[in-house]
Amino acid sequence: MPLVAILLGFVVAGVAVAITGADPIQAYLGLFQGAFTNKHAFTESLIASVPYVFLGLAVATGFRAGLFNIGADGQFYLGALGGVFVGFSIHGLPGVVHIPLAILAGIACGAVYGGLPGFLKARFGAHEVITTIMLNYIAYSLSDYLINRGPLGDPHSSAPKTPFIDPSAQLPIIFADSRLHLGLVLALLAVPLIWFLIERTTIGFRIRAVGLNPEAARSSGISVARTMVLVMAISGGLAGLAGADEVLGVSHFMPPSFSIGYGFDAIAVALLARSNPWGILPAAFLFGAMRNGAGFMQLQTQVSADMISIVQATVIMFVAAPVIVRWLLRLREVPAESLQITQPEGVGAAPKT
Amino acid sequence: MDLTVEWGQVHALLGENGAGKSTLMNVVYGLIRADSGEMRFDGAQVQVHSPQDAIGLGIGMVHQHFMLIPPLTVADNVILGQETARAAGVIDGRASRRTVRELSHRYGLQVDPDARVQDLSVGVQQRVEILKALYRGARLLILDEPTSVLTPQETEGLFQIVRGLTAEGSAVIFITHKLGEVMSVADRITVMRRGKVVASTTPAESSPADLARLMVGRPVLLRVDKGPAQPGLPLLQVDELSVLDDRRQLAVDGLSLEVRAGEILGLAGVEGNGQVELVEAIAGLRPTRSGRVTLCDREVTAASPRRRLRAGLGHIPADRHRMGVILELPISDNLVLGDFDRPPFARGIVRLLAQVRDHAAQLIKSFDVRAEGPQQVAGALSGGNQQKVVVARELSNGPRVLMAAQPTRGVDVGSIEFIHRQIVEQRDAGLAVLLVSSELDEVLSLADRVAVIYRGQIAAVLEGDEIDRDRIGLLMAGAKTDEVAATGEGG
Repeated sequence: MPLVAILLGFVVAGVAVAITGADPIQAYLGLFQGAFTNKHAFTESLIASVPYVFLGLAVATGFRAGLFNIGADGQFYLGALGGVFVGFSIHGLPGVVHIPLAILAGIACGAVYGGLPGFLKARFGAHEVITTIMLNYIAYSLSDYLINRGPLGDPHSSAPKTPFIDPSAQLPIIFADSRLHLGLVLALLAVPLIWFLIERTTIGFRIRAVGLNPEAARSSGISVARTMVLVMAISGGLAGLAGADEVLGVSHFMPPSFSIGYGFDAIAVALLARSNPWGILPAAFLFGAMRNGAGFMQLQTQVSADMISIVQATVIMFVAAPVIVRWLLRLREVPAESLQITQPEGVGAAPKT
Repeated sequence: MDLTVEWGQVHALLGENGAGKSTLMNVVYGLIRADSGEMRFDGAQVQVHSPQDAIGLGIGMVHQHFMLIPPLTVADNVILGQETARAAGVIDGRASRRTVRELSHRYGLQVDPDARVQDLSVGVQQRVEILKALYRGARLLILDEPTSVLTPQETEGLFQIVRGLTAEGSAVIFITHKLGEVMSVADRITVMRRGKVVASTTPAESSPADLARLMVGRPVLLRVDKGPAQPGLPLLQVDELSVLDDRRQLAVDGLSLEVRAGEILGLAGVEGNGQVELVEAIAGLRPTRSGRVTLCDREVTAASPRRRLRAGLGHIPADRHRMGVILELPISDNLVLGDFDRPPFARGIVRLLAQVRDHAAQLIKSFDVRAEGPQQVAGALSGGNQQKVVVARELSNGPRVLMAAQPTRGVDVGSIEFIHRQIVEQRDAGLAVLLVSSELDEVLSLADRVAVIYRGQIAAVLEGDEIDRDRIGLLMAGAKTDEVAATGEGG
C-alpha cells in the first residue's frame, strides 16, 4: 500500500506539472539525475536522508503511543542550538569527547523541549497537537533571538549566524571525496535501537499499550501520564539528535532559519513507514533523495522544486487515508462478518393461523 | 436458516451472544441486508431494505439501547418523525398527547405523556419505546434483550404488556439469552446456535436444562455447586465513600461495605446506580471525594492502580474491550499487562519474551482458553475466551481480593460456567470476592451475602434466608428496608 501511495503521489504531481505547461517526464528525469546519477548525487541523497531518519523515528515513536508530535521541527531547532553551542563554546577537547558531548547536548535539549508538551498533556490534558505547534513558533523565535542578538551570535560576522564549531566537534567524513559524515552511521544504528526499544523493552511495551488502549493500560497499573511524558521526551530527543547531527555533520554553524520544514516532512516519513522503525529507512531515503534531486530538476527544467511538496502531500493523503486509495482502485473490502441464510424459504412472518 | 412467527404469539429467540439472534432481527428490520434468502410477511414476499420499509409493513423494533431523546416529553418522543402537524408545520401537541394516552390505555402501558423521558426510570422508558413502535402501526414487535436493564418486578410488568399485545393479535419476537424468561413468557421458542436454528419448541415440551443444552450444544450445569462460606477477616473495606461520575454528579454517596476472606459479596442493583463509579474508585481509576478504601489492612484510598495491584487486588473490569484486554496485542502480552516489567518477565528494561510465552501457554491450558496459541492477538478470540484471558491474568497475580464486575457479560454459557467455578474456587481458597453484576441470577447463584445498591448507597445487606429474589427486586427499585421486610414475609 505505501508503494501505491508513492506511485499515486508521482502521478498527481506529474499532472500538476503538465497543467503548468511543462513536461512531467523531463521533470522526473531531472529529479532522478539530481538524486542519483550526477556526480556526488547519491552521497548527497544519503546526506539529505540522515535527518529524515532521526526525525521519522521521532514522529513514529510518538505515533506508537498514540501521540501526534507535530513539534519535531521545533525540537530539531533546540537540538541544533544545543549541539552548536557545545560545538563552538568549548575548546581543546579531543573529538571522541567533544562530539558525543555536543550530540548529547542536542538530544537533551530536544528531549526537554519534547517532554514539555508531554507533561502539559499528562498534567493538564492540553492536546499535544496544539502545544507542539505553538512550541514550534517559540523555538523559531528563540533561535532567532539567540543567534541575531543573543549570546549565540557570531560577533565577527555581518550575517546573523552562530560561530563555526571547533573542528574537534565536526563529525568525521566517512567516505573520501564526499561530504558523507558519521551521521549516516548513527542513523543506521538508531533504527535497530529504536526498534529494540519499542518491541523488546518494558518501556516500549508501556508505549505500545498506552497507544493501543490507554484505559486498559491504566487499569492494569501502567501510568499513562508518565508514559506520555517519557515518549514525548524520547521523540523530542530523536528530533534534537537530528538537529545536532545537521550542525555537527553538514553546516558546522547555525543560521537563524535552519530547518526547511524537516519536522513536517518527518510526519510523512513516519506515516509512509507506518510507524515501523525499519520502514523509516526507505521512507527517509525517498524523501532525502527527492529533496536532493529537486534542485537539479529546477535548474534543468524550470519546474519548481516545490513540485516535490505535491508528491509528499499526495503521499501523506493516500497513506493516511487508505480508504480513498481502496476506493480509487476499486478494491472492495471483504465484509468482516457476513450473515449466512442458506435456505431460500428465508425469514418471514406467516399469516395468522 | 428458517424462522416462522405466527400472529398472536410470543416467539422467543433464544441463543448465546454471537449466535446470530440480533443479526437476524436486524435483517428483518432492514438494518442489514441478507446475502440470500427471502422474507414473507402476511403471506406475501417482501423486500425490506431499510427500517422505513419495515415500519411501513408494521414491524417495530425496540433495541437493547434505547433510541429516545431524554429532554423531550414522552409524547414528543413517541410522535417524533411522524408528527401530526397542523398548517405551517406546527405540531399538534394536543392531538399527539391524546393519541399517546389512547395507545397507552389500550395496551395497558401506563405512561404520562407529558413527563420528560430523562426523568423516567429505565422500565418506563422501555414502555415509551414500545409505544413508539405501536404508534407507527407495529403489528410485529421485536424486543432485543428487553430485560437486561430491568428489575424483576419491571420484567414481570413487561411480560404482562407482551401478553396483552399478543392477546390483541399482534406478534412479538422476544430476543433473549435468559432461560427463565423464555419459559414464562414464550408461546414458541426458537433456539439458535452459531447462526443456525437448532430447535423449535414450546415451553411445555421442554425444560430449562434442555434449552441450555441446545443453546450451548452440550449438557450444562445450571446451578453452581458451592459449599457454605467460611468467612475470615475483612480484606476489603469501603468506608463512607463518595465518588463523582463523569458529569460531576455524586454517583457513590457515602457508601460503606466490607468483604471478608473466603466469602463472595454480591452487589446487586439496576445499572446506573453507582456500580461503575464504585468499582473504578476501588480499583484506583477514579478519584474519590471522601471516604476510605482499605485493602488487606492498608489504606489505599489515594494509591495508584499499580500499588493496589501489588497490595493484592485483582480486578475483572466490566467493560472488557475498553479496560480488560488490548485487542491488538497477543494473548501472551495481555496475560502480563500488570507484571510485564517484573521478573521473570523482564530483566532490567529488557523483556524476556520466552518467559512471557511460556507463562501464556501455561495459563491458556489451565484456564481452557480456546486459542491457536500465545501469539494470537486477543481480538481474534471470542468474548468468552477474552474474558478467560482477563480472569487468568487477574488470578495469576496472586490476589487476596478479587473484584469482578459483570464477569460474564457477553460471554457464552460454557465460559460462564467456567468463570463461575473459578470464582467459587477462589473463594474457597480464601479470597475475598466482590461480585458486581446486573444479572440478578448471577448474584443469587454465587453470592454468600448480597448488598443491594440504589442511588449510590447500600440499601441493604442480606444474608442467608433473607436472600430472596422479590425482596432484592424491591430494594433495587428503591423500596426501604422495612417496607421490604413486610412484603418479604408475605412473599
